[in-house]
Amino acid sequence: MIRSIIAAVACVLFVAASPLKGGYDVGDTVADFKLKNVTGKMVSLTDYASSKGVIVIFDCNTCPYSKAYNDRIIALNKKYASQGFPVVAIQPNDPSISPGDSFEEMVKLAEKKKYDFPYLFDETQNVAKAFGATNTPHVFLLKNDGGKFTVAYIGAIDDNSRDASAVTKKYVEEAIESLMTSKEVPATKTKAVGCTIKWKNA
Amino acid sequence: MGLIYCMKKAFFLLIVLLPGAVYSQSAAEVVKLKQLQDHINRETSNIKVINFWATWCGPCVKEMPLFEKLGAERKDVEVTLVSLDLDLNPKPEVVHRFVERKKLKSKVLILDEKDPNSWINQIEKNWSGAIPATIIINGKTGQRKFVEKELHEGDLEKLIAEIL
Repeated sequence: MIRSIIAAVACVLFVAASPLKGGYDVGDTVADFKLKNVTGKMVSLTDYASSKGVIVIFDCNTCPYSKAYNDRIIALNKKYASQGFPVVAIQPNDPSISPGDSFEEMVKLAEKKKYDFPYLFDETQNVAKAFGATNTPHVFLLKNDGGKFTVAYIGAIDDNSRDASAVTKKYVEEAIESLMTSKEVPATKTKAVGCTIKWKNA
Repeated sequence: MGLIYCMKKAFFLLIVLLPGAVYSQSAAEVVKLKQLQDHINRETSNIKVINFWATWCGPCVKEMPLFEKLGAERKDVEVTLVSLDLDLNPKPEVVHRFVERKKLKSKVLILDEKDPNSWINQIEKNWSGAIPATIIINGKTGQRKFVEKELHEGDLEKLIAEIL
């Protein structure tokens, strides 16, 4: 009896102590992950040990925001991969809920748009959960802190989804430029309208 | 004679004006953040249910009948469907056509704001900005619930019961 009361109290305490939302915050160290790329090869974060950082973007084929940002994501890699900040895109949607986000469809999109960066399939959704990704596209800018990756920025790519030419704040670019010049990142967290990640039914 | 004439006139006016009045009541209004905040914070003794959606959002469209049903069935619930379509597409006509096609009875507002990062926190701090998202407020006590996911049959009733 006493034991079950203790167990119940422990449960309540445990639940109360766990954060409302999981995932990384700015400054947190990121655990390594290994996911299948559209090329069929496995890609892990440790593959980027020699880069200054990584622009991790949770993205998908189907979300209208992902479509609106597709060219901007490709441009980010073109601009920053050579400067030590390559893009790694991760597709977390469950294809049984969102058929357009199947691995085959991912391969097709990457070929059509000539992705020169990995487009990884997070089939178990464990990586998206570990990061605390909520929507697509959702950026986690990582910096290489002497061998370990820490989160420098979480949020949107810029402040105008509708019109790339009307953007006034390029959040990700401003964060990278700050990191490269050892300045403080001006905005470390931003929010944007987006599509929720299509989680597997529990 | 005069009376009948007046009644005829009144009837004529009613016929001419009524469809317009009904239309303007159901047509989705384009609003700024301040108007939306005033609407969310309006005084009422009822339960306020505010759902954020867009025509392109599959899960939003799927859960919409639940809000329509709730609003029709319960006199103590006031439903508002807030479209975020303008964030991607500047034409409110897309929303107007959707409202007409689906014959929506709930109040529909279309939010016209730029730079979501500047307004999302002013609506709800726990919201990432992804949709569907729903706020439920007890108009009497001010108690509030927020959910950022697709709702299923019975979910809304449960959420409302939690703040009664």
